[in-house]
Amino acid sequence: MTGVFTINGNERTIEFDSGATLLEVLREAGHVEVKHGCGQGECGACVVLLDGNPVNSCQVFAASVRGRSITTAAGLGSRLEPSPIQTAFADAGAVQCGFCTPGMVLSTHALLENTPDPTDDEITEALSGNLCRCTGYAKTIEAVREAARRLREQPSRNPGGKR
Amino acid sequence: MSKSSTRDEFSVVGIPIRKVDALALSRGEARFTADYDLRSPLRLGFVYSTLPHAEITDIHTSEAMSVPGVVGVWDYRNTPGTLYTTAGQGFPEPSPYDYSLFDSRVRYVGDRVCMVAAESSAALEEALNRVHVEYKPLPSVFDPEEALSGMPRIHDHGEHAAIPVPYEPEHNIAAVVDISIGDVEAGLRAADEVITETYTTHQASHCCIETHVVATYLDGKDRLVIVSATQVPFHARRIVSRVLDIPIGSVRVIKPRIGGGFGAKQEVILEPYAALVTLQTGRAVRCELSRREEFVSSRTRHPMKVTLSTGLGGDGGITALRMDAIMNSGAYGAHALTVLSNAGAKVLPLFNKIENISFYGRSVYTNLPVGGAYRGYGATQGYFALNQHIDIICRKLGVDPVEYCRKWTIRTGETSPIFEALGEGKEGVSQVIQSCSLDQCITRGASAIGWSDLRDAKQIDEDGRVHGVGMAIAMQGSGIPLIDMASASIKMNEDGSFNLFAGATDLGTGSDTVLIQIAAEALKVDASSVDILSSDTDLTPFDVGAYASSTTYVSGMAVKKCALAALDQIRAVAAEILRGKTGTEVDAGSLAHEHAAFRDPGSGETATFEEVAYRSLYSVDQQQIQAAASFSGETSPPPFIAQFAHVAVDPETGRVDVVKFVSAVDCGQPINPTLAEGQIDGAVVNGISFALTEEFLYTMDGRLTNSSFGRYGIFTAADIPEIETILVPTYEETGPYGAKSVGEIGINGPAPAIANAIFDAVGVRLRDLPMTNERVYAAMKEAAAT
Repeated sequence: MTGVFTINGNERTIEFDSGATLLEVLREAGHVEVKHGCGQGECGACVVLLDGNPVNSCQVFAASVRGRSITTAAGLGSRLEPSPIQTAFADAGAVQCGFCTPGMVLSTHALLENTPDPTDDEITEALSGNLCRCTGYAKTIEAVREAARRLREQPSRNPGGKR
Repeated sequence: MSKSSTRDEFSVVGIPIRKVDALALSRGEARFTADYDLRSPLRLGFVYSTLPHAEITDIHTSEAMSVPGVVGVWDYRNTPGTLYTTAGQGFPEPSPYDYSLFDSRVRYVGDRVCMVAAESSAALEEALNRVHVEYKPLPSVFDPEEALSGMPRIHDHGEHAAIPVPYEPEHNIAAVVDISIGDVEAGLRAADEVITETYTTHQASHCCIETHVVATYLDGKDRLVIVSATQVPFHARRIVSRVLDIPIGSVRVIKPRIGGGFGAKQEVILEPYAALVTLQTGRAVRCELSRREEFVSSRTRHPMKVTLSTGLGGDGGITALRMDAIMNSGAYGAHALTVLSNAGAKVLPLFNKIENISFYGRSVYTNLPVGGAYRGYGATQGYFALNQHIDIICRKLGVDPVEYCRKWTIRTGETSPIFEALGEGKEGVSQVIQSCSLDQCITRGASAIGWSDLRDAKQIDEDGRVHGVGMAIAMQGSGIPLIDMASASIKMNEDGSFNLFAGATDLGTGSDTVLIQIAAEALKVDASSVDILSSDTDLTPFDVGAYASSTTYVSGMAVKKCALAALDQIRAVAAEILRGKTGTEVDAGSLAHEHAAFRDPGSGETATFEEVAYRSLYSVDQQQIQAAASFSGETSPPPFIAQFAHVAVDPETGRVDVVKFVSAVDCGQPINPTLAEGQIDGAVVNGISFALTEEFLYTMDGRLTNSSFGRYGIFTAADIPEIETILVPTYEETGPYGAKSVGEIGINGPAPAIANAIFDAVGVRLRDLPMTNERVYAAMKEAAAT
């Protein structure tokens, strides 16, 4: 089966098996920044933004989201201009093994899009679908607070936002 | 390094610089094993035993072989039967050789029957379903105490110990530890009162978010390349070579970024299988465990039952302590001896005023999923018992555990006979504690939790929950003395930058960053002037790997030594340059080491590292400035920790909420405080989750029923309490710039601190983990009824 997807702003036509998940299709297409952690929709390592909303890509049939816009962690920022969320995660010590981080930063992005000044409860709620075994979440929550501060001070950039 | 060295004198050590790979990881750019772009790789998967214990009478593979895209099926009939251990330990391993790639016997639900390689995941899945296995069921045993009868016997296929230690497969005993100091029986007889209690800890999954994964291929010279999510690249290379009977020199192991380890990836459980398929087919192979496979058939924390008997003397001191432990090793004996020994070795020296101590422990085979290394490594199990026992003693004596622990624990300048009596798989190494701020850790932690206000106050909040606080203290080690060895090399580039090559393995802990900071400190350059390449058996010198809390201390010392050796070469060239600049004789030894330069104190002239590098690479006495060094510790200086839980217990439901958790830790001089805190934070939350919700649930026939994150009970961000981690630095003379380890210790305290806090709140003692709502509720009901 063939599908057209807009991935990080670029339109791509991809061949895939009809039963393939969005996670499988993205990874096969070279988007290995989307991680496979459980395949059960429980860990959030495979989170991508689907038209701006976080989804577990292992639970989404690629066929069902043809024509839609997908943002991965690589689409949030570039090498020379990483997103303030990504730099905040790095600065706060929220990145240990980093396997969960691409999903974490996307969930954070989706949160801060709608809630630029979140409470701690809103932060933990937004991250509750992203499991991490390394950090104990403490520095991750600090990172989200810090990212929110940075984004509020510099609100114009919005590469992965809702369209 | 002189004693006068303090944090203030450091330029790079002690600074929370950004972890060097953090940004690439947060952008998803850094490569993990599954991200390697292989040329049309075969997919490799396993058929698992559906019975807890059985002889395989036949394996029908023809239907699987007929699935289009299937390349091969391998089982015990067409693979080497070499006995080995999957435990990635030093050689010869202290774990018994009781495992082979495949066997005609399966020993737990999840044991491997055969493997299939196919062109696609779909073909693999179909073929795995079409393998038909015939079994002759055997009696099974899940309780280690029942298994001690030797009925049924789980291992009788030539399994043996690789080192001279007790090994009794006829009694299902995978390992024995038996030490005695002083006269325990006399000590107990002399006591005013003897307190005997039994505590059990449960099986647990590491829950690395990245499962075990390996990629193998042949390079252009037909050498076998293994890209693996491993904590032990060099041990993996050695084990693959031995199991497949191929030269070590023909194998290269590369550890790229790795999605968590926690001990799970100290097990070599995939590499030999994928390597065999690559060697036989010439094809690249990828093998990635599913989450379910990870739960069932990788490795777990060994459950342990610990009985402590202590005699109380008139002064409140302990006249004797007897520790008996039964450890459930599961179907194989990975780390069976050393986890067991650490339950004593890392625990018993803490209360070092006890003169009579014995420890008798047995690791026992059962038909359950296999135990292995897990952060804390036996100490977690031992400290669950000891810290509750101390709390019980304090309640009996009517003393504050904060004061009791301050009084009776080990201090700087003191030792314990346990250090010498008990090591890892053999006798230990005697040592005198050279750095310890446990006393301040206890004071600061108690203050941060609000100990004096909350202890014994049984405060009730507006939701009717009763509040309580509990404490736990612990020590760990820094590597295994006289066993662990690390090495590193370094070379200098034109611009005065350096490439550091370290065998050490960064599991996401940030050890790459820590090692850079140590090298930069030695050289007095910015951390950004040092790049690191680590964990590639072809390119980096040997290192035992990341386990036993060894990397900062052992690998860090190797890095410091090699950086200082390179610095000597730089100094000599700088002296030549300064001779030229000043026209006078310049003594290299008199030069002042400044930031990326040496200065001649007489003339004030300097020679920069850049000048030194250009001269040595291109013009005079040409040479590559480079050095290598190895380090093996003669001691294992313990980090110390005091941990405090503030809980709220709902008397209606038994629900326990941890309100706040405080850890005050002495890890020597933290090389990177943010990374050190991160080690504690992560261990704490893992420990709380382990204590309260995580649990392996089995059917009566040993089948795991909850092999998913949600049903297993791992904490999410929404479940965590307020976490406070306080570093209480000391300066460890034997360590790199005063550092000790910090990776494991934080997981030892949560379970006992919470258990003690529950007792403080509602007066019930939870001796068995996990402390689920149901168990707490039942304990409260039982207490009310009596």
